Amino acid sequence: MSLTPQGGNFPLTRHSVVLAAQSNDPAVRSRAIDAIAAAYWKPVYKYVRMKWNISTDDAADFTQEFFTRLLEKEFLDSYDSAKGRLRTFLRTCADHLFMKQMRDANRLKRGAGCAHLALDFEEAERELAAVTAAESPEDSFDKEWMRSLFALGLERLRAGCESEGKLIHFALFERYDLNDADPKPSYAQLASEFGLAATDVTNYLAFARREFRRCVLDQLRDMTATDEEFRREAQALLGVETR
Amino acid sequence: MKRLSDSVVARLQADMQVPDLTGTRYAVVRYLARGGMGSVWLAEDTILKRRVALKVLDLVAPAADLPARLLQEARILASLEHPGIVPVHDAGTLADGRAFYCMKYVEGQTLAQYIAERNLTDRLRLLERIAEPLDFAHARGIIHRDLKPENIMIGAFGEVLVMDWGLAKAGAPGLRSGENGSARGSILGTAGYMSPEQARGDAEVDHRTDIFSLGAILWFLLKGAPPTDQPAVTATVPRPLAAVCRKAMAADPSMRYQSAGALAADVAHYLNGAPVRAYRESLLERAARIYARHRTAVVLVAVYLLMRLLFILFAHR
Repeated sequence: MSLTPQGGNFPLTRHSVVLAAQSNDPAVRSRAIDAIAAAYWKPVYKYVRMKWNISTDDAADFTQEFFTRLLEKEFLDSYDSAKGRLRTFLRTCADHLFMKQMRDANRLKRGAGCAHLALDFEEAERELAAVTAAESPEDSFDKEWMRSLFALGLERLRAGCESEGKLIHFALFERYDLNDADPKPSYAQLASEFGLAATDVTNYLAFARREFRRCVLDQLRDMTATDEEFRREAQALLGVETR
Repeated sequence: MKRLSDSVVARLQADMQVPDLTGTRYAVVRYLARGGMGSVWLAEDTILKRRVALKVLDLVAPAADLPARLLQEARILASLEHPGIVPVHDAGTLADGRAFYCMKYVEGQTLAQYIAERNLTDRLRLLERIAEPLDFAHARGIIHRDLKPENIMIGAFGEVLVMDWGLAKAGAPGLRSGENGSARGSILGTAGYMSPEQARGDAEVDHRTDIFSLGAILWFLLKGAPPTDQPAVTATVPRPLAAVCRKAMAADPSMRYQSAGALAADVAHYLNGAPVRAYRESLLERAARIYARHRTAVVLVAVYLLMRLLFILFAHR
């Protein structure tokens, strides 16, 4: 039996981007907002598109504006992790900003935000087309949040595998666990395809899955301000949330 | 990177919870159920070639003290070697850092499933078999604190097992009170089956909290539902049994049965047609009970008396 404590081979990054985003150092803050935007821009974009039924251009401008205001510390200074989760806070901020813009100008101003983020709104729009009518904007926000976390976790896994010379582990994981094909390739097929023994396929996949879990949780840890928030968000992520 | 589809996201989410059994003798077969502290998985013991159940904490436990509590649960179970308590085989920490313990895999039905197709007598006889492991645990200073129908399993051969000792409190030598990690004054348990003192968060609950829950389980056996308040007499619940439930579920622990065995014995008295301690019956009820218990003898005596009466009448004509 393994008694190895939790943790893997990749270095841990334990800086909470939430705390960094509240920093007075503009450079630190900018990097942190970029990280938050990477996880939250699609949830925000799709949420306002679905909830407020605004045009694609307005939603894109709104999303840029939203993260610009985050950078200017307009929102995040008032964030208190003891009072709620960042996820809920950002969604509420999006609602407030939208209502404020509607009050101020009765319409969203095109190009009002400072577009400093390179975001693929066309891709987000294509994804929105597949959303079912039964899905609420709030559910969509949470679902996109989870998708973003997994995608960022995958990026970490890929980078970690690359730096450790284990790209074959990642390639196997991508081929098997990220594969939508039904039926999936068998381990024997993968072994033949990658020129490995079948037992290596089992071991490499086990390694990649273990590291993927760790990468996702590290990503989540970075995106939360406190241990309690991390635990609550992890419960939601794992689908075992007690409401 | 390519966008993750909904089905891949759902699969990745489900896979996050699959325990990493690398380096152990076990292999996951399938998910079984969720428990209070984590999930239970059916696994294959690859050395002994048998199926076992693994109780594994969530990947990120909602509280920092849960690993210690899970280990304490395993130790409590290991200290209770009784046919009515599921045996523990192993405990430790997995490669992904999660605490786990391995126990016997019980194939069977929950209490609710089992009683759905049983008559009243069969259901009442179960109570004695639930009370036995409880008495055994109480004698060793261990209180279950979460007795409810979901935690009673009836195995394939009719064996009755009291499960899920995750909230158990140990007070016996070698198992220091409070080692289970429950904070003093915290409220743990399940509404409907939880005693008033436990619901209040009293720190010093004793084994009589389980007696209350056992009374609620008796009510469940009778009605198929937990009591919403003090058990009342209804058309479908005999008065003596309603009285047994009321005594077991008295708000004051000193007014309850003082052991699980005493409660089971009173139910056995009812089944055997004897008077139950919890109920003062009227003369008519006593006569009806005696008639029911000694029906043949009563009928024979009645026939004899009738024959005597007829003989006397004819003799005097």
